[in-house]
Amino acid sequence: MKKIFAFLLTTVILLSACVFPAFAYDYIEFSEETVEYYKSLGLQGTKLNVYNWGEYISDEDVDVIKEFEHLTGCTVNYTTFESNENMYSKLSGGGVSYDIVVPSDYTVEKLMAEGMLEKLNFNNLPNYEKYFDSEQYGYLLEDKVNGEAVKDYAVIYNVGTTILIYNTKYVKEKPDSWSVLWDEQYKGKVLMFNNPRDTFAIAQFMLGQDLNSTNTVDWDAAAQLLKEQREKVQPSYVMDEVFVKMESGDYYFATYYAGDFELMHENNPDLDYVFPKEGVNSFYDAFCIPTSTQNKKGAEAFINFMMEPEIALANAEYIYYATPNKAVTDDSEYSLADSKAVYPDENDIAHSQVFRNLPNDTLQYMNTLWMKVKGGNDSEWVYKAFYICAGIIAAIIIIEVIRKHEMEKYYDV
Amino acid sequence: MKRSPLLTKLINAPYILWSVIFVIAPLIMVIYYAFTDRTGAFTFDNVKGIGDYLSTFILSVGYGAVATLICLLIAYPFAYFLARTGASFQRTAVMLVMLPMWMSFLIRTYSWMTILGESGVINSFLGLFGIEPITMLNTPGAVILGMVYNFLPYMILPIYTVMTKMDNSLMEAAQDLGCGKLHCIRKVIVPLSVPGVVSGITMVFVPSVSTFYITQKLGGGQINLIGDVIEGQFQTANNYNLGAALSLLLMVMILICLGVLGYFTDSDDEGGVLI
Repeated sequence: MKKIFAFLLTTVILLSACVFPAFAYDYIEFSEETVEYYKSLGLQGTKLNVYNWGEYISDEDVDVIKEFEHLTGCTVNYTTFESNENMYSKLSGGGVSYDIVVPSDYTVEKLMAEGMLEKLNFNNLPNYEKYFDSEQYGYLLEDKVNGEAVKDYAVIYNVGTTILIYNTKYVKEKPDSWSVLWDEQYKGKVLMFNNPRDTFAIAQFMLGQDLNSTNTVDWDAAAQLLKEQREKVQPSYVMDEVFVKMESGDYYFATYYAGDFELMHENNPDLDYVFPKEGVNSFYDAFCIPTSTQNKKGAEAFINFMMEPEIALANAEYIYYATPNKAVTDDSEYSLADSKAVYPDENDIAHSQVFRNLPNDTLQYMNTLWMKVKGGNDSEWVYKAFYICAGIIAAIIIIEVIRKHEMEKYYDV
Repeated sequence: MKRSPLLTKLINAPYILWSVIFVIAPLIMVIYYAFTDRTGAFTFDNVKGIGDYLSTFILSVGYGAVATLICLLIAYPFAYFLARTGASFQRTAVMLVMLPMWMSFLIRTYSWMTILGESGVINSFLGLFGIEPITMLNTPGAVILGMVYNFLPYMILPIYTVMTKMDNSLMEAAQDLGCGKLHCIRKVIVPLSVPGVVSGITMVFVPSVSTFYITQKLGGGQINLIGDVIEGQFQTANNYNLGAALSLLLMVMILICLGVLGYFTDSDDEGGVLI
């Protein structure tokens, strides 16, 4: 009896878990033309592997993936990554096949340089011409790699800048420079990026360097500055934990991405931001199709779908990053249109720079320096302690070995 | 009943296949990557590159050793007294030791962040009495705590197992022959429990030395151990070759440590209780 009851209970719970969300969800009503367009692509029954950043697509009020599946009849297999390097590692390692990846600027160029991206067919992306704000953001795609224009390979999803976030409760004077992160009075209260490129960029701005320098002397100087910071203020190197740590008020300063400031600000109104005068990094994340794709047509349909005004708006409201989609920025209902953190004035970010792909040697050099920065400068006492301990242990071992030997001799007799 | 050799071979086949695919093949790959460069040509550069990380290696062994020692100091008396209590209490206590292991290791470590943080549970409590918040997170102490907390069960269980297996009459005999209580522990119980201690040390030391999640979460990225460096080589730097060389050295080092340990435990003892 008890067992039957337990079984029924489990069944009910499982059923409700499957059924209720389906009841609760209302699909967007697209225009007939749009519905017809996606239906006519013949994607019914196909599969699409999308590899995107975590928390980088609307899945609450508007479930973008579900909408796409509903319109096209294509099944989406959606997975996420947490850094460009991570994604690159997985993609270049082989054995996986993605139809869409969303790398940032320098990784787009890296993938292009290594021939890992497919050229896009803009005939299948009618929304690009209609909605992409090329006047304002076209410059980001101006570069050429191997003689090919980046803009033929990438469709920008979001743009943004790095930003300095601080807690007004503890920091009374509005800072204007990255150098405040080197101030000893804020020891233990500073959060830095836990990735080399973004953290080095801050030191490079302070030194007035080009972010894309290939000169090892420049990188050495930047690393020296970061080491100095590590000794003086002992910053924590974090990525997404920055939300919890800044919102709780445990830390006074954080370096992060502009859109995320608005998210934190909602949870802790004491937080404020500044674009430091030395400059900030401007970045973009773009949809690309890797050469390993099995469903290029589906991938292009997906990219096009992401630019549909309703979908782009839902994503922009969810992600909080700046969108290059004109239909969204012109929309009076778009809540972030007035945010100066997300859409900064040109004067605020006058000295912004964009990351370009670096040669492998430089990247490797940077990574070695980064490990040394994080490893700290405590090597001397580490060695001393090690030699002492090793000496003691060696002595004990030798004594034990001799004792054992003696014992065996004793027993043998 | 005697088994035919063929049958024995057939029964063993899946296990041999398993270890070839999941143990030997990866090891060969590690060695291959460690001695080649990006293009696949033979090189010693990766091994030379290890020199940069020597102090990190030493630091990791230090952290691992401290964590292991603390685990041993906590686990040994605990296992000793536990083995001497009633059967039902023992069952409950062992289950309680295992209980945290039912939860993900990642979640357990993550939750320590909210306990130790500046506005965390402990500091909020101290705040009630007007005590200034103490910095506990992002310190070496927090990392050691994370290691001890996560790996303590691996120390308790093997020691507890040898303790329960120990014949009580041996101790009675020792006491009969005029051994004091402390003397009895030193001369009888400690030597008999060595196999459990050794496997406990192995199971705590090895994961402590190579951990990267604990240092990242509880050390705030400030304490960089060898696990972090290796993880970085694979995940961020995309330098599989150096990563493999570092892993290889780590394996060799752990092997040496275990070899030294093994030398002092007699092989004919009721040996190495591995769980």
